[in-house]
Amino acid sequence: MDKIPILKLGEFLLVTVQVDMHDRLAMTLQDDLTERIVASHARGVLIDISALDIVDSFIGRMLANIAAMSAILDAQTVVVGMRPAVAITLVELGLSLPGVRTALNVEKGMELLRARMREVEPGQTAEGQAAYGEGRVQQADGVE
Amino acid sequence: MAWSETLPLRSSEDVVTVRQRVRMAADREGFRLVDQTKIVTAASEIARNTVIYGGGGSATIEGVEKNGRRGVRITFEDNGPGIADIELAMKDGWTSGAGLGLGLSGAKRLSNEFEIVSAPGKGTRVTLTRWR
Ligand SMILES: Nc1ncnc2c1ncn2[C@@H]1O[C@H](COP(=O)(O)OP(=O)(O)O)[C@@H](O)[C@H]1O
Ligand SMILES: [Mg+2]
Repeated sequence: MDKIPILKLGEFLLVTVQVDMHDRLAMTLQDDLTERIVASHARGVLIDISALDIVDSFIGRMLANIAAMSAILDAQTVVVGMRPAVAITLVELGLSLPGVRTALNVEKGMELLRARMREVEPGQTAEGQAAYGEGRVQQADGVE
Repeated sequence: MAWSETLPLRSSEDVVTVRQRVRMAADREGFRLVDQTKIVTAASEIARNTVIYGGGGSATIEGVEKNGRRGVRITFEDNGPGIADIELAMKDGWTSGAGLGLGLSGAKRLSNEFEIVSAPGKGTRVTLTRWR
């Protein structure tokens, strides 16, 4: 396996890491994802790492890089499904993952992304923001 | 009982294999999940250093015992350039490459025993031990 599939979910991209990634595969994912964010105008990226039984500093750096890069491209990143043992170990390793938001699962991650998108839409009144936010959610179910 | 295996470390795929074998060893020695995760993560860091900075080498995984306590020990060896200033290399955040500089220091925190022997031109040997 030399590619990690990237799926389009409405206006978000979903990456499910299913294998014990070696470093080159992680680098490939980073590049592929940048291209896909640009090509698809995605507003958010969900990275599901529930299959990963460890996250070391290399994978951690990749996650932080993806988050930083997607922020530049105006997309939010949420890492979902981190196992509790992995989270505990990360703290001891000393990795803080700056700029990486986490959520329990894909569902919660999508909620977080939608909430964030409503927050960051500029120049909206509270009312306008809610209306805009709903529009966005609808759009997520259709095509963009 | 006492057992050991030595695996090559030449590529990023080898790092994955070492992770998997350390996981199996920790499982066999009865480590609980969090302790397994800690020793596998530490091993992953040092295995990668062996490949990237050491120019390749090997990892020896052993089941060990002390005062009736079982544990897993992994010894990483390479004949690479070695480390001139070990104290500096052990600092959180220090890297000579493009890493996060958390491999050595983090692996030390994730192990119960940590030993590093290295000198310029003499290669590097790192030993990690975690007790059950
Ligand atoms: N096996 C090795 N051979 C030579 N130098 C090494 C080795 N392992 C680590 N080093 C040196 O120690 C530094 C710190 O290593 P580490 O804490 O793993 O951080 P990183 O891998 O992010 O650089 C490396 O940047 C490198 O200069
Ligand atoms: Mg390292």
